[in-house]
Amino acid sequence: MDHVGALPYFTEVCGYNGPIYMSYPTKALSPLMLEDYRRVMVDRRGEEELFTTTHIANCMKKVIAIDLKQTIQVDEDLQIRAYYAGHVLGAVMVYAKMGDAAIVYTGDYNMTTDRHLGAAKIDRLQLDLLISESTYATTIRGSKYPREREFLQAVHKCVAGGGKALIPSFALGRAQELCMLLDDYWERMNIKVPIYFSSGLTIQANMYYKMLISWTSQNVKEKHNTHNPFDFKNVKDFDRSLIHAPGPCVLFATPGMLCAGFSLEVFKHWAPSPLNLVALPGYSVAGTVGHKLMAGKPTTVDLYNGTKVDVRCKVHQVAFSPHTDAKGIMDLTKFLSPKNVVLVHGEKPSMMILKEKITSELDIPCFVPANGETVSFASTTYIKANASDMFLKSCSNPNFKFSNSTQLRVTDHRTADGVLVIEKSKKAKIVHQDEISEVLHEKNHVVSLAHCCPVKVKGESEDDDVDLIKQLSAKILKTVSGAQIHESENCLQVASFKGSLCLKDKCMHRSSSSSSEAVFLCCNWSIADLELGWEIINAIKLNH
Amino acid sequence: MELTCLSKGDGFHYPPCHMLNLCGFRILIDCPLDLSAIKIFSPVPSGVGSEASEYLSDESLDAQNPIQKKQKLERQLTCADLVCEEPWYKTVKALHLWEASFIDIVLISNPMGLLGLPFLTQNPGFFAKIYMTEVTAKIGQLMMEDIVSMHKEFRCFHGPDNSSFPGWIKNLDSEQVPALLKKVVFGESGDDLGSWMRLYSLDDIESCMKKVQGVKFAEEVCYNGTLIIKALSSGLDIGACNWLINGPNGSLSYVSDSIFVSHHARSFDFHGLKETDVLIYSDFSSLQSAEVTEDGCISPDSDNNYISTISDNKDSLLNTEDSLEEMEKLAFVCSCAAESADAGGSTLITITRIGIVLQLLELLSNSLESSSLKVPIFVISSVAEELLAYTNTIPEWLCEQRQEKLISGEPSFGHLKFIKNKKIHLFPAIHSPNLITSWQEPCIVFASHWSLRLGPSVQLLQRWRGDPKSLLVLEDGISSGLGLLPFRPIAMKILQCSFLSGIRLQKLPTLVSVLQPKIFLVPDAVNQRISLAAIKTISILNYFENKTLHVPRIVDNPSVEITTDLASKLSWRKLRQRESFGIARLKGGLLMEDGKHRLVSGLEQEESSGKARPLRHWGSVAPELLLDALLKMGIKGSIEQSTGDNGSEDKSIIHIENPNSGLIEFSEMGTAIITGDENVVSQVFQAIDGVLDGI
Repeated sequence: MDHVGALPYFTEVCGYNGPIYMSYPTKALSPLMLEDYRRVMVDRRGEEELFTTTHIANCMKKVIAIDLKQTIQVDEDLQIRAYYAGHVLGAVMVYAKMGDAAIVYTGDYNMTTDRHLGAAKIDRLQLDLLISESTYATTIRGSKYPREREFLQAVHKCVAGGGKALIPSFALGRAQELCMLLDDYWERMNIKVPIYFSSGLTIQANMYYKMLISWTSQNVKEKHNTHNPFDFKNVKDFDRSLIHAPGPCVLFATPGMLCAGFSLEVFKHWAPSPLNLVALPGYSVAGTVGHKLMAGKPTTVDLYNGTKVDVRCKVHQVAFSPHTDAKGIMDLTKFLSPKNVVLVHGEKPSMMILKEKITSELDIPCFVPANGETVSFASTTYIKANASDMFLKSCSNPNFKFSNSTQLRVTDHRTADGVLVIEKSKKAKIVHQDEISEVLHEKNHVVSLAHCCPVKVKGESEDDDVDLIKQLSAKILKTVSGAQIHESENCLQVASFKGSLCLKDKCMHRSSSSSSEAVFLCCNWSIADLELGWEIINAIKLNH
Repeated sequence: MELTCLSKGDGFHYPPCHMLNLCGFRILIDCPLDLSAIKIFSPVPSGVGSEASEYLSDESLDAQNPIQKKQKLERQLTCADLVCEEPWYKTVKALHLWEASFIDIVLISNPMGLLGLPFLTQNPGFFAKIYMTEVTAKIGQLMMEDIVSMHKEFRCFHGPDNSSFPGWIKNLDSEQVPALLKKVVFGESGDDLGSWMRLYSLDDIESCMKKVQGVKFAEEVCYNGTLIIKALSSGLDIGACNWLINGPNGSLSYVSDSIFVSHHARSFDFHGLKETDVLIYSDFSSLQSAEVTEDGCISPDSDNNYISTISDNKDSLLNTEDSLEEMEKLAFVCSCAAESADAGGSTLITITRIGIVLQLLELLSNSLESSSLKVPIFVISSVAEELLAYTNTIPEWLCEQRQEKLISGEPSFGHLKFIKNKKIHLFPAIHSPNLITSWQEPCIVFASHWSLRLGPSVQLLQRWRGDPKSLLVLEDGISSGLGLLPFRPIAMKILQCSFLSGIRLQKLPTLVSVLQPKIFLVPDAVNQRISLAAIKTISILNYFENKTLHVPRIVDNPSVEITTDLASKLSWRKLRQRESFGIARLKGGLLMEDGKHRLVSGLEQEESSGKARPLRHWGSVAPELLLDALLKMGIKGSIEQSTGDNGSEDKSIIHIENPNSGLIEFSEMGTAIITGDENVVSQVFQAIDGVLDGI
């Protein structure tokens, strides 16, 4: 309700005419809630109406219903997708993607499975921003079961003593959850006290729950083949005349918080009797009767029209709520690991505490903007380039390099063979390094190194060439780790390094100072293996 | 990309089956079962029925005229020709030629395409990922369970037989056997023998369904980071879909039997399939309907009602003519059923298409309620109760009119209230204990199976076949050939219905011009029937059953996305010769993510400083320029021009003298630095870098 309340005003009075998306249950249920709200606003509280029944109908016609995970292309750039949020039937988290930037906005959500709804479920997404509610930013709730038992016992005690129990709630969500609880308990304990629903509204809402069973929890889904759990066995419609009827009963009445309407009217009649009970589920806005009852133990309460009511009945606060707690918010944030977090909805001091926790524990920047404040973030963008087949092919093969400085390190350099080429006013290209000159319409120019180095004094021993090459490769192996040496007759090769025994008397590659009395290995290698080349040469020179 | 059509299927109950090779992944689309082939088996006889059929066979033999006696092969089929054994089931023949372990993905478009899947998943080497819509999975599973439960009756009758070879086939391989029967068993080319399988068990179904990943319409699922697969509604039946696959090498759409405007399922979502690189058109329904256009909905025995199925070639794809026609057909079935009930006859409806059954149930119960007739409706199927309850909990998957019902708080299909007030009775089987107490004739019965060999339809047909007041409603194509053979002579009225089960051929050109694919793959048989010449800009390729078609790649170069933080770390080089170019060597790791190549920061950044030296050079070096550059670094040298051995080639050499000696040799191919001094090399290298472009 708090998320859809102003929609008809926005579309019909303010004139918004863009697309509106809602989950199927929300689309089905919002007209009922809006109409209920409008009636409370106008008929009971006497306020001027902001929108009419026709407004609601026209507004709902514009709504596009969406299913969970259905990916919707709103326009060329914007894509949205809904994820299950728990909380109430049809509640969703919204993933939105615009270009490369992505956010998730969640209204209220629930990280634990409750009696009729599942826990929020979302994919691990890459997000720039997570916007989350933080109503219970500092609360950490334990198991629900003791609290549920407390509630059931309170109600049971009341009706056993002949009292009437009033449960003011909104049409959706809490009423169904508590009613399932009571209906189940009534069956088990074989209690015959009637449970009433105040207006047709909640009964009708049950009809929707039955049809939208796929939006409820796994447990409910599994059971529904045999018995639809929203077919309450002990629930009956309430009639106004039953307010003063003798005998115990349980009544679910709208609206919640005892802010106006029928629930307040019943409260007026039942509050003076000490036998009776008022069970308040969930949050009450300050200023409502519900809030006053929860805040302390008042003996009298001012109703809005100035009349006072003596409160002698018992008041029970139902302490489980379909809002997530601090742990839930932390869990979701940790799971999604967005680049930024914004907290909305809640009380400022506790939001600041949660903000501190997210920043310190998860190391994610967190913001708590005030109403009307703008926060800006850097968003993800990708630079797009067309890749050549040769590059992609070379990338599909591993190209491991081993280095052995302090400890063995394996690195994979396959992308380093790629070159990004940007030409003005053209799309960027990625090519393999061997293709680069072609792309630039240039000729390859190979820069290589050559050196003819002495390996042995001539005539020192009568070994033949092959033995000499073998000795050399043994030397190389000792110092150059992981070298793959290919030997053939009077040559050896390591990567691009080629060495062959120099038979010339006077080799160009020989430095003039070296004596001519030695056997020489004439080497050349490309600059890619610059360091390797020197290592090999130094190895050969060793012990010389 | 490669496409192999394994089977073009046969109508609604036997959808086509394809094998696709995309980005190196092998994708199987649909895995159906040819259930019409079980017509060769004789149904479990009931006491009276078998006698009658024996009598019939004698009679028909006597009735043979002398000419027919001579042509023994052409003799009339009799009931005795049918195989009286526990049935085997016919799968897609060509699928057995593929190694199950090489399949990476299985896409199931509709519940009918799921029926053969347990045969495949039984294979111990099968590890493919299976995708289908959640509703297809649920309805398909119920259909398979129903087949297994109906098949049990045969087991009870024939006794257990666990042989792995179908013994009955031997008896069929003689000259005496009618050609029609042989064609079903051995196929056109006589090699269908291997496609016969013994039916799977409930355990097989369960283990098969455990491997399934259910999806919603328009949900994007990513396979292996490479392919993004999306199911879009096809309108054929509830949960039925077409597929859209996006990968690094472009997009592909697969269109199977689709219905533009449906009265039960979500309609054909063709907007989502627009402008793909490749469109595989796999709607073979037009081939079928073209043959039966003349008798779209006929009742051969009594009233010769004729509903034309030839529609005008209208531009709009969404004209409601087809769907109105479908509604008319349904209304006609209802009126026929009411007529026979009025006359005191019962109606047996053997149609099992979920959407049709749901609509018929709704129409029938509404029309019965408004009339004075008090005729009960029975739905006899092991899964009826679950199926009917399920269909009222999936409003998201239904057509718009039915979604509106959700908004106004009404159930999606109208059968609920009739079940509650005992107008519709659901029974799991014909021998259900309560059935006999509520049984009342005349009645209207929905009973599977459409093949008239399995399930309660067999017993009911045997019961009513002699009653001329009763009506039998059949699926299309059953009445001819073997279908009704075991039940002849039939006095019942017969209504054979052909419901729309695909895209009308006339709409195809319009559809293609709306979808605008770059390459359009169409079955040869379809292309022969309609001129697609009007669509000029699109390249059209024909494909044939059991032939692999290679489709060229359209996207020239796949796109790579580079994260901005990585791009900012790249060291850019400006080129001397070309101002407008900027180049940089790449870093990081290349990933496949969401169907895109992505370059992201890797772990190896720490040694980037040492690697900054260029490894590839291009252009040419003027020795003079290099000498100047060296001089600036404090290295002195001199240039020597030399001529090569053959006299044509110019060679320049720079002699470096100070501080250390060395040579720099220039040639067409490149530059060689000749020295034993590491310092000289690195300095010369630096100088070269100053005059030459490189990376």
